[in-house]
Amino acid sequence: MPGIVIVATAEGQGTNPAALELLGGGAGLAKALGCPLEAVLVSGSGTDPAGPAAKLFAGGARRVYSVRHERLGNGSPEAALEALTAACRRAEPRVVLFSADRLGLEVAPRLAHRLGGSMITDAVALEVRDGDVVATRPAFGGKAMEQVAARATPQVVTVKLRALEPAALDESRSGELVEVPVDLDPGVDRVKLVERVEEAAEGPKLETARVVIGGGRGVGGAENFKQLEELARVLGAALGASRAAVDEGWVPASWQIGQTGKAIASDLYIAVGISGASQHTAGISGVKTIVAINTDPEAPIFERAHLGVVGDHKAVVPALTARLKELLGK
Amino acid sequence: MNIVVCLKQIIDYEIPPRAFRIDRQKKKPAMPDASLVIGPFDENALEVALQLREKAGGGRITAVSMGPESAIEALRKALAVTADEAVLLSDPAFSDLDPFGTARVLGAAIKKLGGADLVLTGRQSGDWDAGQVGQLLAEELGAPCVNFAFRAEPGGDGRVRLYKETPGGAEILEAGTPVVATVTNAETNQLRLAKVRDLMAANRKPVPTWSAADLGLDPAALAAGRIEVLDLYVPTYDARCEFVTGETPEDKASALARRLVELKLV
Repeated sequence: MPGIVIVATAEGQGTNPAALELLGGGAGLAKALGCPLEAVLVSGSGTDPAGPAAKLFAGGARRVYSVRHERLGNGSPEAALEALTAACRRAEPRVVLFSADRLGLEVAPRLAHRLGGSMITDAVALEVRDGDVVATRPAFGGKAMEQVAARATPQVVTVKLRALEPAALDESRSGELVEVPVDLDPGVDRVKLVERVEEAAEGPKLETARVVIGGGRGVGGAENFKQLEELARVLGAALGASRAAVDEGWVPASWQIGQTGKAIASDLYIAVGISGASQHTAGISGVKTIVAINTDPEAPIFERAHLGVVGDHKAVVPALTARLKELLGK
Repeated sequence: MNIVVCLKQIIDYEIPPRAFRIDRQKKKPAMPDASLVIGPFDENALEVALQLREKAGGGRITAVSMGPESAIEALRKALAVTADEAVLLSDPAFSDLDPFGTARVLGAAIKKLGGADLVLTGRQSGDWDAGQVGQLLAEELGAPCVNFAFRAEPGGDGRVRLYKETPGGAEILEAGTPVVATVTNAETNQLRLAKVRDLMAANRKPVPTWSAADLGLDPAALAAGRIEVLDLYVPTYDARCEFVTGETPEDKASALARRLVELKLV
């Protein structure tokens, strides 16, 4: 019977954390449609799928289709596309759920095309209406939300991180592990990796940090980000930026927060010199408390902020850093 | 090298949220006076193409846009920054297509152009932002797809060298042709300004318009969408900003620091 298939990747003895969210959301769809919940597990050849599969069973998957290949460990979307196509031809799913991470962003639409299905990206909520998946997703840079119904099967959907409640784990649950042979077409070699350049990663990661400091065009230059770094050090925060600051070349693209950058879900976000274009605020909807520091009292960021300071960050931020150092005894 | 850049004309994405209006009945934006611009990432894609042509010391750039007649303005802008030619894909059958339909039309146009070595487009449109068309176009053309590219250079043996942004940094890839790349923004690919002389030349260039019939596409088949928009609305947020006050920036900073500690946010 065609079921809900979620796409998971092996990470050590477990899976990517988003897989549990997909299982949580997928369980709701499976119940509404009266069909089974299953998973495809993507892993490199060195991995034993039993450990990650056990986690997926514990999270509610009844069957796990495992695709393993040395080419699947290196982030090549061409290889992942081939493997997932093979797995889905075997599973014949009604719905395929991906996390809207790089694998989902790069592979899901092409998979939907190959399977003759439909595609909805960046869902923040899922439901079933008249037997079809209906997803809510941001559009127009977060200025609008749309509800879209999938009208061709399989219904492939990518889901934003932290949009769905993760499944509760029940280690007593088990299921069937099905190995799907992966026979990669030589076509995957049409794109060859020449070199990988890793940025030196310091401090907490944007996506998982408890506190994030973001700088925008108003920060005024690469030099001025040093003040934000000081504040970040005192608060143990990750540093991010708006698209404007990235486009100016002040900070690397990996710092970008927003609809086309990273989505953050910190407890505290301090936005400095950020006007609050919806392109940016689309990436901070998971933040609990937003603090804005901006010279312009009319800046849209204050419509989203819980605490605001109207003032020049060049004076406010160093004073804030110094005062917090005292108060926190650092 | 033949480079095709696919551009979409969209409602100015810089319109602030408070000025954004929609027609909920039609499930479309409703701002008749809003300016129309090229999608931001499509502009980045065009700049990547221009730089590639410079580095290769030659090549032909064709700008292609599917849209209403107004989309000719987007193509004129591409010609003004020295794209070599432009084609408008316009037909009542092309309005309101989903990404699959759009990719079908663009793919048919590229085939009619005699194919391309490299097809560039933005990672997403900047309006509906589905982020699908580039990848679906790769499937239509039977080509591989490199996403989040921010730079292109000539590679060895007629290949294309593409720089891809990754969560941890970047990858340098070499792809055989044809290849599709979806482009993301970077410091190096902000679209250049047109020179006045080129602007005038761009206005004199003929821009052909191709219809569904010209592309051999069946309007009925295109109209059978795979998704249906049920609703479009403007979200509301209930945050009420508490402004921290003080005489000097230092006073404000102190007050903010105290509030952050009181609220146990730090």
